[in-house]
Amino acid sequence: MGNKIPRTKAPEQSPEERRKNFQEVSLGYTPAMAQLEASRCVQCKKPKCVMGCPVHVAIPEFLKQVAVGDFLGAAKTIKNSNPLPAVTGRVCPQEDQCEKHCVVGIKGEPLAIGKLERFVADYERTHNELLEPTEKAPPTGKKIAVIGAGPAGLAAAGDLAKLGHEVVIFEALHKPGGVLFYGIPEFRLPKEILEAEIDYLKRLGIEIKVNYVIGKIKTLDELMQEDGFNAVFIGTGAGLPYFLDIPGENLNGVYSANEFLTRINLMHAWEFPLFDTPVHQHKTFAVIGGGNTALDAARTALRLPSTHKVMLLYRRSRDELPARLEEIEHAEAEGIEFHFLVSPLEIKGDKGWVSEIVCQKMELGEPDATGRKQPYPVKDSTLSLEVDAVIIALGSGVNPLIAKNSSDLKTDTHGHIELADSDINLTSRPGVFAGGDIVTGAATVISAMGAGKKAAQGIHQYVMNIDI
Amino acid sequence: MFKILEKKQLASQVFFYVLDALDISRKALPGHFIIIRLNETGERIPITIADADPDRGTLTLYVQAIGKTSMEMSLLNVGDSILDVVGPLGNPSEIDLYGTVVLVGGGFGIAAIHPIARALTLVGNKTISILGVQTKERVILEDEMLKVSSEVRVVTNDGSYGSKGLVTDLLQTMIDEHETIDRVIAIGPLVMMKAISDLTRPHKIKTLVSLNPIMIDGTGMCGACRVTVDGTMKFACVDGPEFDGHAVDFEGLLNRLKSYTLEENSAKERYMHEAEDPCRLLEPLKMD
Ligand SMILES: Cc1cc2nc3c(=O)[nH]c(=O)nc-3n(C[C@H](O)[C@H](O)[C@H](O)COP(=O)(O)OP(=O)(O)OC[C@H]3O[C@@H](n4cnc5c(N)ncnc54)[C@H](O)[C@@H]3O)c2cc1C
Ligand SMILES: Cc1cc2nc3c(=O)[nH]c(=O)nc-3n(C[C@H](O)[C@H](O)[C@H](O)COP(=O)(O)OP(=O)(O)OC[C@H]3O[C@@H](n4cnc5c(N)ncnc54)[C@H](O)[C@@H]3O)c2cc1C
Ligand code: SF4
Ligand code: SF4
Ligand code: FES
Repeated sequence: MGNKIPRTKAPEQSPEERRKNFQEVSLGYTPAMAQLEASRCVQCKKPKCVMGCPVHVAIPEFLKQVAVGDFLGAAKTIKNSNPLPAVTGRVCPQEDQCEKHCVVGIKGEPLAIGKLERFVADYERTHNELLEPTEKAPPTGKKIAVIGAGPAGLAAAGDLAKLGHEVVIFEALHKPGGVLFYGIPEFRLPKEILEAEIDYLKRLGIEIKVNYVIGKIKTLDELMQEDGFNAVFIGTGAGLPYFLDIPGENLNGVYSANEFLTRINLMHAWEFPLFDTPVHQHKTFAVIGGGNTALDAARTALRLPSTHKVMLLYRRSRDELPARLEEIEHAEAEGIEFHFLVSPLEIKGDKGWVSEIVCQKMELGEPDATGRKQPYPVKDSTLSLEVDAVIIALGSGVNPLIAKNSSDLKTDTHGHIELADSDINLTSRPGVFAGGDIVTGAATVISAMGAGKKAAQGIHQYVMNIDI
Repeated sequence: MFKILEKKQLASQVFFYVLDALDISRKALPGHFIIIRLNETGERIPITIADADPDRGTLTLYVQAIGKTSMEMSLLNVGDSILDVVGPLGNPSEIDLYGTVVLVGGGFGIAAIHPIARALTLVGNKTISILGVQTKERVILEDEMLKVSSEVRVVTNDGSYGSKGLVTDLLQTMIDEHETIDRVIAIGPLVMMKAISDLTRPHKIKTLVSLNPIMIDGTGMCGACRVTVDGTMKFACVDGPEFDGHAVDFEGLLNRLKSYTLEENSAKERYMHEAEDPCRLLEPLKMD
């Protein structure tokens, strides 16, 4: 029986080595490792793993193909439901999704579905030179505008193009990818891989217009009434950084995680002066938060040559850390210092620069409605840490740019776009669909892609019915 | 790619450009800005849209060559292209009938007040434009400002042209002589905007300033451009760039603008060393 074999570990760069570079941490499976790992799948008749995947990848089917060495076939199987497997294989919180439900995990360790997905996608990219999109329907004559080139927009665009529609993506930044480009660092998701996946979409005939801030350069009305788009998909994400609202946040050396990561990932500040955008040389960082963003910021800071120490301050305990388990383990191994049950009160400065962060100690009480234990301040207990940089990674809200410039688009009190029909991701406005973080608030890459795909179906129905 | 259609050097460090950017030109209003990135290794820098011609599909820019990127841009010529241009960003200036509006422009701020002055004059305001520079040779756009304002007054620090001193000296005199001033709009170096706001505050003259913090994306995503206004945090790129000068925490902003001085200066020095001879453009390079 396959499941007596232990879960196959993928080789990694050693912590000592990788904390000095921006290369990928996990090196991925070899074909032999992949086949061995896939052979552990017991091919459930009612596969629970598939239910855990937001886009229902046909997991047992692709695992079977991997086990017998049909890697390109496996790639095809995955791509039926997941257009960016090289990305999701790397960044999905698998332990909460597909792998969480794997039956092999009841007695032993679950199948390494994410690592296998990644292997298959990497294999396809490096072995199938053609990679030409084949399954494209004849042109429908319909034009669709996709706003935002994050995972939601890219997934929607890919499906729409395959259905034969003419698709134009409008992206505010100078590079497509959304958080995948400016947020998630190179050592977790090499930009080269992202660019290859985006290239594939371009070869489907999708046009990507960068430097287009919709709401400013064009409104929804103009896209639909003047430029002749039959439908619009909004996938603008939740990119507005929250701050703490404590004294000292405007000192030099305080960054939002978005600013810090954007300087490094989008603007290549770690290659200053080869690239023009700088990032200041700091020695000791405090990163506030416990999600993927906080861990990415912390591990990025650690990799800068001037850094001596990075501390991560989280107000709950390790059990409640919302980040992916693999990232937490990687961060620990690399030497990020975790400080649990602390909440910042004030950032102190010296001559305009950060010098110290004062925190309140916390303790955990009863679980709240979401099941997470609530932190409470411990009386008269503060703690002060000497730092010269603070990165705030408390999550983010939605950017109001589009809704502000389009009166009949319904949003909730936080600015999230409300759906009138959540089966097809239709908004309150006819012909306008939305999905991803702009609807749900900060979530995951794969759920954003799932929403994009759902909307693509909705848009297809909508535009094809109009004229019939 | 965005082609440079016209370029002129107006003063030792000031350059004029006309850029081919049809879609942006159709939407540009006084007060809007763009963010440009010259090339693949470039940084993103904000520049005010000084004029837009939707018929020609062009934008007019005035750029002060003060650091690496703006100096590199000063070496581009007609026919060259800029890789990325995004805009129009920010909120446009409020244009309404206020009575007498004094517009103060310092340095590149003169270019920034030009379209605002025109719009304000057009709706019936009396507009007095004050152009503040160090010395006569640095005066830009005087003829253009004359065309779009009711009155133009020039102040040079050294007295080589117009009245001598700082723009605040002139404004102080105007206040002392009880000239009617219903509103002041000041755009230029932060210290100038701060001094003007301090001057008008006791007289309760509504004063708007256009802030120029360090920016990256310009869409509200990074928070680098945050400023404190009336005690709350604002992002200049999406909430501004114009704010009530009496409510802005200038000290905080001045401090934040210093955050990259070290890196910027080293980039500039390296650049001046490597580029053939950009120094000829910059003779007496003065930094404020
Ligand atoms: C640092 C970081 C790490 C993360 N790590 C993980 C992880 O490991 N695993 C995981 O599953 N999830 C992770 N997430 C969450 C995940 O990245 C997001 O949930 C996902 O990217 C949302 O996709 P989206 O397409 O909705 O939006 P985004 O990825 O935010 O993309 C939106 C795009 O729209 C563009 N845009 C915005 N406004 C406009 C406009 N007006 N006009 C034109 N374009 C516009 C933006 O520039 C952006 O490119 C992470 C998030 C961050 C910030
Ligand atoms: C909304 C907005 C509109 C602007 N419009 C114009 C314009 O129309 N024309 C123009 O020439 N400039 C304009 N600026 C300023 C311009 O963006 C900066 O001069 C530019 O970033 C300098 O880049 P650099 O690499 O050449 O110089 P850097 O090397 O970045 O800077 C050189 C020196 O200038 C200081 N500095 C850096 N950024 C600024 C800033 N934003 N304001 C003041 N000092 C700064 C630095 O501390 C340093 O001492 C505007 C800025 C903003 C925010
Ligand atoms: S997309 Fe994510 S959740 Fe779905 S199978 Fe792949 S790794 Fe698992
Ligand atoms: S639940 Fe696990 S064992 Fe069953 S099909 Fe899915 S991956 Fe295979
Ligand atoms: S420049 Fe990034 S938020 Fe304003």
